[in-house]
Amino acid sequence: MLEDLFKLVKTRFNDEEADKEEPPKKSDIPSGLMFKCPRCGGVCFEEEFEKLNKVCPSCNYHSRLTAKERIAITADKESFFEFDGGMKSKNPIDFPKYLEKQEQLRSETNLNDAIVTGEASIRGMKCVIAVMDSRYMMASMGSVVGEKLSRAIEYATENSLPVIVFTASGGARMQEGTVSLMQMAKTSGAVARHSKKGLLYITVMTDPTTGGVTASFASLGDIIIAEPKVLIGFAGRRVIEGTIKQRLPDDFQSAEFMLQNGFVDMIIERKTMRRTIAHLLKLHNQKDRRTVNE
Amino acid sequence: MNKLSAWERMEIIRNKLRPTVRDYIPIIFEEFFECHGDRLFGDDGAIMGGIASLSGIPVTVIAEVKGRNIDENKASNFAMPHPEGYRKALRLAKQAEKFHRPVICFIDTPGAFCGVEAEKRGQGEAIAKNIMEFMTLETPVISIVLGEGGSGGALALGVCDELAMLENSLYSVISPRGFASILWKDASREKEACEIMKITAEDLVRLGIAEKIIDEPPGGSHNDVHQTAENIAEYLYKVITQKSQIDIDVLLNERYTKYRKIGDFEE
Repeated sequence: MLEDLFKLVKTRFNDEEADKEEPPKKSDIPSGLMFKCPRCGGVCFEEEFEKLNKVCPSCNYHSRLTAKERIAITADKESFFEFDGGMKSKNPIDFPKYLEKQEQLRSETNLNDAIVTGEASIRGMKCVIAVMDSRYMMASMGSVVGEKLSRAIEYATENSLPVIVFTASGGARMQEGTVSLMQMAKTSGAVARHSKKGLLYITVMTDPTTGGVTASFASLGDIIIAEPKVLIGFAGRRVIEGTIKQRLPDDFQSAEFMLQNGFVDMIIERKTMRRTIAHLLKLHNQKDRRTVNE
Repeated sequence: MNKLSAWERMEIIRNKLRPTVRDYIPIIFEEFFECHGDRLFGDDGAIMGGIASLSGIPVTVIAEVKGRNIDENKASNFAMPHPEGYRKALRLAKQAEKFHRPVICFIDTPGAFCGVEAEKRGQGEAIAKNIMEFMTLETPVISIVLGEGGSGGALALGVCDELAMLENSLYSVISPRGFASILWKDASREKEACEIMKITAEDLVRLGIAEKIIDEPPGGSHNDVHQTAENIAEYLYKVITQKSQIDIDVLLNERYTKYRKIGDFEE
């Protein structure tokens, strides 16, 4: 179900053409110089693509960022203080080669798991930020993602801070069995307590937000923002196609589809994301409100 | 008693004669008034709910319904709920909270339904909301897995003060078939996946996810529906009496902590 999800991410916005297309001739594009959009096939200079914070200039596909890149364009300079950076998962169901696979990913990504959490400020306003990084096992949620996120939210609850979570995930981490499923309950519980205290929780759905993450903390934001054209859904597209025995429209399970069906508040482009979040934080500045009331 | 493998248990719960919640309800409860609809969209046959009496204690019952024949299965969509099913469950849970009735959830589902309409109506949001709301629901909640506990579709009725599992029931993050097909690209290795995934009642007690295993008669619950129902009723009466005596703030704290502790990591 999930594997299918990610195969199709590449082609879903230009499905038919992409299917007909021959495998890309890699030699045509010097690596590191040019960016070829996986959605529309458009090509631009890597330099331009980077300048646009990895948004395709042809089709506006907001491609995936690393957690580090996301924090750099969201938080005030040098304001980010990381929590629990050294936390590593163990192997709750003794899944073969799970730990080895993680060792390999650690050296490739410089991450210890699929989420980075911490405290930061945005235009001077303090908040807790969590960013999922899809390079690490498609940012699936296991013990570490669940624990780090729960701790970050609990910290925000104790210190009366807003929480902003940038979601991206293939869902629960199957290699951790039912333990991974329970992380949905753990994180949602932390959100519930934060919410009961009257604090602001914003989720920003980025590419791809699916499965158990959609079915837990990602969908619980007071305000749910999505980046343009990203994939958002619960079940895998092919599973659904298998059930209904027909092809789904290209924009099925896109940010735009979710907006139209009422499950996303707004679609915000990356270039105005920081500004938007800052304004929303300002409108919810709880300390000011309390002073007025008192 | 010799220990069965996860696969052998899978064969027991897939047995066509395996009793469903419809068989148990008349034996466990003296009265049951079914309540329909989510008040938003419609009535989902995959989830049945209502008000019941358990040895004189008023309770709310919410259950995923497997069919016993093709007609029942059509009506209940093979126990695969749509968002309106989860929203009906939440409506009834909130009603239970209002009247201080304990909630009993029976889990028996391959998973939430995967379809276009389910996505359009927010399957993810519906499950998320239930998980969050059940976490802070101010009344005791007991969940029992009767057969299959499939993924988020089960967890939407599975956030509780105590999770019990029938001896042969299974509870997993994804079906063993799905697991094999994703991780090994080979759905036929379902049997092997079943053992590796650690999804039996014993496994889940060891992992701190389930608290109680309810005995089934030798060979499985289909061999004696009455005995199984009585075992469930006896457990429910005991646990509900016990949980009802706990101060609600303490109970909610214990519920939170129960999930908060689940995870395996090092620092």
